Amino acid sequence: MREIDAHKIKEIVTQLCMDANYCLPPDVGNALKNAQKHEKSMVGKTVFAEISTNQHIAQEEKLPLCQDCGTSVFLLDIGQDVHITGGDLSESINEGVKKGYREGYLRKSMVYDPVFTRANTGDNTPAVIHTEIVPGNKIKIVFCPKGGGCENMSALKMMTPADGIEGIKNFVVDFVKNASGNPCPPTIIGVGIGGTFEKVAFLAKKAVLRTPLGTSHPDKRYAQVERELLDEINNLGIGPMGFGGKITALAVHIETHPVHLAMMPVAINMNCHVARQRTVII
Amino acid sequence: MGEKIHLQTPLSNEDTKRLKVGDSVLLSGIIYTGRDMVHRRFMETIQKGGDLPFDVKGQVLFYVGPAPARPGYPIGSCGPTTSYRMDKFTPMLYEKGLRGTIGKGKRNQAVRDAIKRYQGAYFVATGGVAALLCKSIKSAKIIAYEDLAAEAVRELVVDNFPVTVGNDCYGGDIFEEGIKRFGGTSK
Repeated sequence: MREIDAHKIKEIVTQLCMDANYCLPPDVGNALKNAQKHEKSMVGKTVFAEISTNQHIAQEEKLPLCQDCGTSVFLLDIGQDVHITGGDLSESINEGVKKGYREGYLRKSMVYDPVFTRANTGDNTPAVIHTEIVPGNKIKIVFCPKGGGCENMSALKMMTPADGIEGIKNFVVDFVKNASGNPCPPTIIGVGIGGTFEKVAFLAKKAVLRTPLGTSHPDKRYAQVERELLDEINNLGIGPMGFGGKITALAVHIETHPVHLAMMPVAINMNCHVARQRTVII
Repeated sequence: MGEKIHLQTPLSNEDTKRLKVGDSVLLSGIIYTGRDMVHRRFMETIQKGGDLPFDVKGQVLFYVGPAPARPGYPIGSCGPTTSYRMDKFTPMLYEKGLRGTIGKGKRNQAVRDAIKRYQGAYFVATGGVAALLCKSIKSAKIIAYEDLAAEAVRELVVDNFPVTVGNDCYGGDIFEEGIKRFGGTSK
């Protein structure tokens, strides 16, 4: 049994919050640079130029890339041979978020009550924390500050086996078309297929966070669907920020899971071009 | 594209009548901020017959909740939020004389009709480039609803703040025109 101090987790989370909000992951930066070369629309090219300048300013001056520093979403793989000592895991993560968002001059976007008062909690907590127990004696922490604008552009449909792959493709393409410029294209599109109602939403989240960006589904048939969907979406003409153009999405990722014989749930989760995430293994 | 249009706030209907969808505009002067909860409160105030925190006539309302300012900075990163969430409340503000709004993403038909009827404009600022956009903001102060924190109403002084005309007073829509020009063959 390996012991990991909860205080250490807090310190790591503090740093993650700041780093993730100031600097894009290299694979996302490279995908944007590559996509820029293929954009034909003048106004689309201008958006790409702004995105590039923004990255430099944010990194050099330690300003958040986007004013929306997101819901603090954590995906934890906790090795079953780890013993967390000196405190509560959730509390140490939330304390890290508080410190990181305060000291990093990041925007606090969480409100206590979703409907009535909607008063701000003042420190961006509580974080949304997903945990999985895995073999080993390490903890893997993936942190994603998830913007509200693109998270709103999500959907879940309890489709049936009869809908088939064409039904799934139509659902995704129609949804992206209606989302238009709302989720800050060029986007990353995560699609979950299978499992149950709650499982499929999480699959879509995992899909949107797949690294490196553009990695295909291991099954050739789904990899083919990822490519076809990306082509169809980029042919919609939505373009950067919805101003019209050839680049609407950087990647489509599909995650699948076995499913009940009566079911075929499908979920869509999108990320904006400021697709922030950071991973640490302790 | 081409020439950039310089506009000084407050805007007149002569200003907005010059604007066409896709024009690049540089805004200077005072603009105000307000987003989700601010609009809820504006509507409640109007329904009660009260006065809004500022006179909206000729003004431009920016949908934003900025990040906190680092020491020595007037404001933190400051880019647009998605506009459709404000659509329910927007026509009544144009009716009261608001001349422009700044956000991102498309507006509904009621907002587009109001922009046409009251000779306004909807400006789109690029989303997700908030560190860049905050460089065009010279000062910021909260003037109402301080309890709303990031969402409070702020008065910003901007200098050449870059936006693109999303909806003009002739019924044009940048999102529809973009798809017409660049939409491909499949679907």
